[in-house]
Amino acid sequence: MEVPILKQGQVLIATFQAALSDADLKHLRIGLVEQVVRLRSRGVIVDVTAMDVMDSFASRTLREIAHMIRLRGAETVIVGIQPEVAFAMVQLGLTLEGVATALDLEEGLAYLNEKFKTTN
Amino acid sequence: MAKRQSSMQISETANRRGVDLAGSEAPSELLRELVAHLRQNRTQLREEWVSRISETRLLTAMTKEEIFAEATSVYDSYVEALETETFEALQAYARNLSERIIPRGVETHEVVGIVLLLRDVLARSLFAKYQTDFKKLNRILDAYEPAANRIANTVAVGFVQERERVIRQQQEAIRELSTPVLQVRERLLILPIIGVIDPQRARQLTEQLLRGIRTNRAKVVVIDITGVAAMDATVANHLVQTVEASRLLGATVIVTGLSPEIAQTLVTIGVDLGKMNTVGDLQGGIEQAERLLGYKVVPIAEPR
Repeated sequence: MEVPILKQGQVLIATFQAALSDADLKHLRIGLVEQVVRLRSRGVIVDVTAMDVMDSFASRTLREIAHMIRLRGAETVIVGIQPEVAFAMVQLGLTLEGVATALDLEEGLAYLNEKFKTTN
Repeated sequence: MAKRQSSMQISETANRRGVDLAGSEAPSELLRELVAHLRQNRTQLREEWVSRISETRLLTAMTKEEIFAEATSVYDSYVEALETETFEALQAYARNLSERIIPRGVETHEVVGIVLLLRDVLARSLFAKYQTDFKKLNRILDAYEPAANRIANTVAVGFVQERERVIRQQQEAIRELSTPVLQVRERLLILPIIGVIDPQRARQLTEQLLRGIRTNRAKVVVIDITGVAAMDATVANHLVQTVEASRLLGATVIVTGLSPEIAQTLVTIGVDLGKMNTVGDLQGGIEQAERLLGYKVVPIAEPR
């Protein structure tokens, strides 16, 4: 399944679909980092609004994506985690530790812009 | 002579088997006859029933006029159920009636009581009508009793179900009341918790807060637990989970008002206090929240 990745200035926006298989997630991990390199992006927003479940594999993949992208000097923000999903995640101990999160796309962009100012 | 004997023999055999073959009308015919009788004597039987209701001091929460009005509807629904042998309409009526009378303080024993009284009043009138024909009376009762019992059951169950629904609704309302999520500034929510938190309330609290964060687009939440005397390890864990889940929605949580006992519990269960943002009291918590949001509160003039 193709995950659309849009470019907005120095930010890439990847919108996860509802049912992503483990294979999809693995492809995405590599694909996103390649895009960051190619387009010299400074930030990535992963929008998971459409995901109604988040299992441990998806959660781990998101953390790996964030770490890999940080190695390229860019910042990742996960946005759009639904209340029910957030609740389920913390009960399973999936806290996305070390990864920035924001309520939605607007907040995610605001966060990154702040970050860009301070790291200039 | 012989003919009568043989018909008596048939009756005896039949009685032993519990079925009356001689003079047998179909059960539905009997029911029709019975319903016709109940309809014909509607006014008189209904009045008798109402007077027995006040004799036994039931439905004291309602006025005479109200009782009469409801009695009319119940009587007609009763007879209709007997006639059609279907109980859905009666069930619907019972729930409807219950919805109206429960807020008036009518109790279960009263509702069951009046339905049984009606059953008795109608049965007595059947005894009176068929007293000269015992066999016929038996057949009539065979048709009447199961239906009457089912009716009593249906009404009682309908009433109880409605009561349970009201109780659940009230419990829900109480829970919602006790954990309000308040917006005090743009992007700032306060959750003042008072009283005892059990795991269920804790869960409900978390769900409410997360929804509130999304609706109000909150960036900071102050959870004040000054009014909570104690919490066990389970609930303390819930609190930690609430903080973590809020972060996933992009909100920072500040916990204020921890009592020494609760502080002890948190340390004992090994909460990573680096993850928990705590401040002594609510005032301090709000001040820190404002700083996080980039507010600065300054007086514009000397207070008068």
